[in-house]
Amino acid sequence: MYPNNLKYSEEHEWLLESNGIATIGITDFAVDSLGDIVFVELPQKGTQINQFSTFGEVESVKAASEIYTPISGEIIEINENLETEPELLNNSPYENGWLIKVKMSDPTEIEKLMDSKAYEQFVNSED
Amino acid sequence: MNNTNKRKLLMDRSIPGKVGATFPALDIPEQKLPDKSQLREDLAMPEVSENEIVRYFSSISQMNFSIDHNFYPLGSCTMKYNPKLNDDIASFPGFNDIHPLQDTSTTQGALELMHDLQNLLAEITGMAGTSLSPMAGAEAELAGMLMIRSYHLNNEDFKRKKVIIPDSAHGTNPASAVMAGFEVISIPTDENGNTDIDALKSVVDDTTAGLMLTQPSTIGLFDTNIIEVVKIINENGGLIYGDGANLNAILGKVKPGEIGFDVVHSNLHKTFTQPHGGGGPGAGAVMVSQRLVDFLPDPIVTKEEKSSIFNLSQPIKSIGKMGTFHGNFGALVRAYAYIRTLGKDGINAISEDAVINANYIRVKLQDTLDLPYDRICSHEVVFSAKSIKEKYGVNALDMAKRLIDYDIHPPTMYFPLIVDEAFLVEPTETESKETLDEFIDVMKTIVKEAESNPELLHNAPHNTPNKRLNEAMAARNPKLSWRDTKAN
Amino acid sequence: MTNHYQSTYTPNTPAIKEEMLKEIGVKSYKELFVDIPEKFRFPELNLPSPTSELDLKNEMSKLANKNSIPGEYSSFLGAGAYRHFIPSVVKQLTSRSEFMTSYTPYQPEVSQGTLQAHFEFQSMVCELTGMEAANAGMYDGATSAAEAVLMACRINKKFKVNIVDGVSPFYIDVIKTLTQATGIEIITQDLNTALNASEESTACYVIQQPNFSGEIEDINKLNELSKKNDALLIVISEPMFLSMYKTPNNYGADIVVGEGQPFGVSLTYGGPYAGLFACKKKYLRQLPGRIVGETVDSENVKGYVLTLQTREQHIKRDRATSNICTSVGLIALMSTVYMALQGKVGLKYLSELCYHKAHYAASKISALDGYEILNNNFFKEFTLKCGTDVKKINSYLHENKVIGGYNTSDESKNTMLLSFTEMNSKEEIDRLVTLLSKVN
Repeated sequence: MYPNNLKYSEEHEWLLESNGIATIGITDFAVDSLGDIVFVELPQKGTQINQFSTFGEVESVKAASEIYTPISGEIIEINENLETEPELLNNSPYENGWLIKVKMSDPTEIEKLMDSKAYEQFVNSED
Repeated sequence: MNNTNKRKLLMDRSIPGKVGATFPALDIPEQKLPDKSQLREDLAMPEVSENEIVRYFSSISQMNFSIDHNFYPLGSCTMKYNPKLNDDIASFPGFNDIHPLQDTSTTQGALELMHDLQNLLAEITGMAGTSLSPMAGAEAELAGMLMIRSYHLNNEDFKRKKVIIPDSAHGTNPASAVMAGFEVISIPTDENGNTDIDALKSVVDDTTAGLMLTQPSTIGLFDTNIIEVVKIINENGGLIYGDGANLNAILGKVKPGEIGFDVVHSNLHKTFTQPHGGGGPGAGAVMVSQRLVDFLPDPIVTKEEKSSIFNLSQPIKSIGKMGTFHGNFGALVRAYAYIRTLGKDGINAISEDAVINANYIRVKLQDTLDLPYDRICSHEVVFSAKSIKEKYGVNALDMAKRLIDYDIHPPTMYFPLIVDEAFLVEPTETESKETLDEFIDVMKTIVKEAESNPELLHNAPHNTPNKRLNEAMAARNPKLSWRDTKAN
Repeated sequence: MTNHYQSTYTPNTPAIKEEMLKEIGVKSYKELFVDIPEKFRFPELNLPSPTSELDLKNEMSKLANKNSIPGEYSSFLGAGAYRHFIPSVVKQLTSRSEFMTSYTPYQPEVSQGTLQAHFEFQSMVCELTGMEAANAGMYDGATSAAEAVLMACRINKKFKVNIVDGVSPFYIDVIKTLTQATGIEIITQDLNTALNASEESTACYVIQQPNFSGEIEDINKLNELSKKNDALLIVISEPMFLSMYKTPNNYGADIVVGEGQPFGVSLTYGGPYAGLFACKKKYLRQLPGRIVGETVDSENVKGYVLTLQTREQHIKRDRATSNICTSVGLIALMSTVYMALQGKVGLKYLSELCYHKAHYAASKISALDGYEILNNNFFKEFTLKCGTDVKKINSYLHENKVIGGYNTSDESKNTMLLSFTEMNSKEEIDRLVTLLSKVN
């Protein structure tokens, strides 16, 4: 149900690892519960973030949710398309709706995350 | 005016040369105007004739629901009938035209009214002192929390930085607590709708400044643990804030001051019929126990013992002024007239009728909708559309929008957060059994429609000037003024 | 005559209630209150008896007439609330039950009247202030100013607020009260001192235009300073003034706030009023209060909705931009109708008329012995230095059916603020001058 090549956090973020760089986004479960996304607040490039702390916010018409990073490191890129097209999160949460790219400071932190099966179980148990 | 014409904004109707008002004479010699460099060159305001303006606003007003036309079972809003007498009295020139900064010797009538109202509200809530200066419920909440803060600081008790708030609370509670510098600790409501005592005990300590509690709660239930809740907080040195939004349920039935609340506020636009006005104005009187009287917001009206002269006074440890002047006097006049019209008998009758009406709806709809708390309710009852969503794929929002087609305003839905697919229904005491029966029938019909024709609900409402509006678009690409609509 | 009290507002008679109680399954309404602890249940309410409409009107009429009423008295009192003429249409339209007894427009499909009217209000506030975005109103001018300060600190993430002398003392008081628990530091300085002290830690500068003494300030240097210190410039202004003078966006204002009362709102002893709040579009997401936006529905028909609601308390709760819930709907509507009626030509005419009246009065009063106008550049209100105690002067004026100016002697000995509007005829002004000459 959830992409196999990604890792997941309990706060419904996903992580794609490639050569020490992590691409981060939020899962379609999170997006669905928020509804139509209207605004995404992201920090600037160069910001240092720590695993499981908040780094931004996603707003829909009826709710606002903080986003928590699944990994520590330095933000090297942010998805600037989201400024004019926040609906990318609704349409393509795992690809075009990516949020930030992080140069990981400690790749072993990924062990604290879930794989797609574990995340699916986690989501089902939450309800 | 047809529907398309109604939506034409004033600036789009504007034609140079049209006039909407007459000009008073320049009866004094013209003076030298300032240099042009100081003056504005253009003022893009409409030029529309008076009668066109009357027709325009009259026509768009008819796109509104309103209490004078529709039933509004809005939980926690107390949408009761607005007596016309109160508007008449508020428009007496002696109330309507006086300036707030007139010497108080020239406004003794106004001050007497305020002083009397202070006393009436204190009596109703069982408290020791009142300030009428907050201009809405939320402002009164902030005042209450600032007083609690000042009280502890005044006692040199600097570690009390936390406020406990149940998860069923209205959004203004945590928002106000944060504005007053506190950290919010949320505690759950148990499955009976009462404050979870164990949860409360686990979070309360000497860093607790106090607790904010709505009684009855936002799920329309009177907390049966209330005495213990008060005891726990008091034993730990905390104070108790009572959100008085639901005062309608308990007028004459219990006085919060007697139970041990330190601050209670009242939304005068709810319980005391200040008209809702499409979103205000309101007024939020705040009442306090003896130990907080000195901290009340500025001003309060005092009466000199010997001379019986009324004054505007600043309490000695006042938290300060909540507004430019003395409060929303226009709303205070209406509240006062209302309380005097009803008197002791009438005020007592409000809560009786309000609670009977809500319980009547409860028993008549308990088999149609889910009833999360199956017990006697107060002046409002919370239902859930969860089963209907599971069975027919139709949610509370769809049902609410369909209610509109039956000329009934939807009940409150955006809280309480602790109930899924919630409908918080508050009929108030001013609705007749006939109106309630109609509402009950309509709800039953809508549930049947959910089963047989869910699309009808998904696409509701059908009979309004607009169908369901695209809120995402409004937030993604905000157009907030006439100029914005011209830009692309 | 029956003993039972039946209010005209509650339609269910005892017989009907009996029926309902049966359906509920209880014998008496008292059983519905069992959740209240017994020892607190059914306390004694010490309130007066009910009053009939006739009797109450008589009683309230007497109470109202104990007050000295502007209209019966000439009034020159301003200092933040002003007596302007309100055309009859304003009261008629805003008394319509569809506007007066409607609720906050959370369900947009049944609130298009309110929402469209608010949209008009926002549009007009933008024009008046010269700013790009405006909300649907706040409680009053002072709370708008306080919210502007909080907003600036949120945007800049700085905590020092510099209020320039000349901001209304009432506004300063409210700003201090509403920010007392937020960690914000408020300092007040005169303009020169502020200009010469460079403070990078300043979140915002707050200045009033015209200031509390009626003086029109030169804000250009302050603007330069605020930009240099990466601080926001907040300007507190007044709608009649804004109708005539260059708007604050011309000297760099980031946020403009003020009191909307002069436009269509009766004095009503201080409230309810409507605070104006406008700002640059880039700050939109930090804007407090209600905002109405245009959109379309599922059939592409234009309509209006409350938007950017995630800033508000009913969604963000403890992380809301403000705790404001009920606002000033009907009062904002009064201003909207007023501005629509006066329009482009009327507002220009009226503002200039106020200017002429005030300057005429000033020229006559300053010709009197013992009086001095302290202002260099003023609009409709000025500070008068008198030769004797202001309390004494106002007492004398009151005896002669005149309400005098606001006594500012605590700030500056023997001074008062006098304001003049289209409500003050030549006769009234000339009479004021004569009376002032007699006091000294």
